[in-house]
Amino acid sequence: MSGGGGVHIRVGGKTWPAVGGRPRQPVLGEINLDIEEGSFVILTGPSGCGKSTLLNIVAGLDADYDGTVAFDKADPALTYVFQSPRLLPWRTVQENIALALPEGDPRLARIPELLERVGLSEAADAYPERLSLGMQRRASLARGFVCDPDVLLMDEPFVSLDDPTADGLRRLLMDLWRRRPTTVLFVTHDRNEAVALGTRILRMGGTPATVVSDTEVTLARENRADREAVLVEQRRIFG
Amino acid sequence: MALATDSNSQPQGMMQSAWRSRLVWSLGSLAVLLVLWEVAALLLQSRVFPGPSAVMATMMVEFSSGALTHHVGATLARVAVSFFLAMLIGSMIGLALGSSAGADRFFDTWLIFFLNLPALVIIILCYVWFGLTETAAITAVAINKIPNVAVTVREGARSLSRDLNEMAVMYRFGWWRTLRHVTLPQLAPFFAAAARSGLALVWKIVLVVELLGRSNGVGHQLHVAFQLFDVPMILAYAVAFIIVVQIIEFGLLQPLDARANRWRR
Repeated sequence: MSGGGGVHIRVGGKTWPAVGGRPRQPVLGEINLDIEEGSFVILTGPSGCGKSTLLNIVAGLDADYDGTVAFDKADPALTYVFQSPRLLPWRTVQENIALALPEGDPRLARIPELLERVGLSEAADAYPERLSLGMQRRASLARGFVCDPDVLLMDEPFVSLDDPTADGLRRLLMDLWRRRPTTVLFVTHDRNEAVALGTRILRMGGTPATVVSDTEVTLARENRADREAVLVEQRRIFG
Repeated sequence: MALATDSNSQPQGMMQSAWRSRLVWSLGSLAVLLVLWEVAALLLQSRVFPGPSAVMATMMVEFSSGALTHHVGATLARVAVSFFLAMLIGSMIGLALGSSAGADRFFDTWLIFFLNLPALVIIILCYVWFGLTETAAITAVAINKIPNVAVTVREGARSLSRDLNEMAVMYRFGWWRTLRHVTLPQLAPFFAAAARSGLALVWKIVLVVELLGRSNGVGHQLHVAFQLFDVPMILAYAVAFIIVVQIIEFGLLQPLDARANRWRR
């Protein structure tokens, strides 16, 4: 990492426009955040509070808000691991990952190794709809990492999986993140997941939503498999 | 992925045997139809109701003189050109309408007007305005078909996935990759539907166009045969025509369809 993964969010507010008979709806209030390069930031809070909206603003997918989002680097590589895998069903797993890179990119040669790491070597030429949701999520994760992103955005990427599968994916994410450290913004409403993964936890709440608490996770990485220790840390952060 | 290959090969094998049994049934029912037709012709003994053997004989005569190939070829060429034009223009209109709500609201009325304009009216007007020319003939067929293509492709454009589009934006696909890997595959079933229904329509309209204002093609031959009350000739061309259409259906459209759908579960 040659630096450039810092993110500076200055959102003054975001309002959904009136649709049909429903009036205008303020969703985000003032949110000022400086995210350090290489940190793993968790965005958490009740569902519908605007976590994904904030992520879409950072991603540049939603330009209809007051404020600015600035990156340390002029043209940072951003990737997004969505809640649903969003793989192209008519392209194989391998092709889906390759499409995240420009044509002729030398990093295309890394795809077999990456597939091996996420346990999809044998499914490289399979079409996504023939795979289980867990496997599709792994492919989506691999796609998020293949181009060495400066900033990786993740929106509840492990939701609606059974516990062992989700745990396996979390371990995989940690493994990938440690090999290629990058700034991560990770949306979840699962407190265990938040403490298991994050270096910093932001809780959002209220209407319109703001950041109501901002806590560093002090529990050492090697102790995060310890259920008791995680529970203690969780109580400290969430009260 | 042993599991995936297993579940993959079995339905394929089943599909093959299903296909074979369908072929047996089709051939069997065709044979029964021919026998019934021949018997009816023998009983009626009428000049205007020839049996399949007489039709076949006429077909062979026409084929060996080269007339059949010439006229079917002319018709095929018109079908190909007008079909291609209609698909191209209709798709562009459909995409434009499907992606812009304003344009759709405005042009919807026009589309309904053209959808309901009888084919014969378009053909006559084209011949009146542009003369009895090849251009007029092909234009008339294309205009008949464009609104159908536009309506079908518009449905496809409306149903494009926003999720996949956002994914393409995040992973910097650019317009060409987005078109090739995201947009066109989503539209493929709609193009296929437009092509299927369109081809069936174009075949029929080309014959009318030829009957009214061309000096070759299957439609023209039918016209001549009609004036002479030459029923074996009419049926010979009709049967030759059906055979060509079926060859295109099985040899071209169905394999293309299967290829476009191979990723489906």
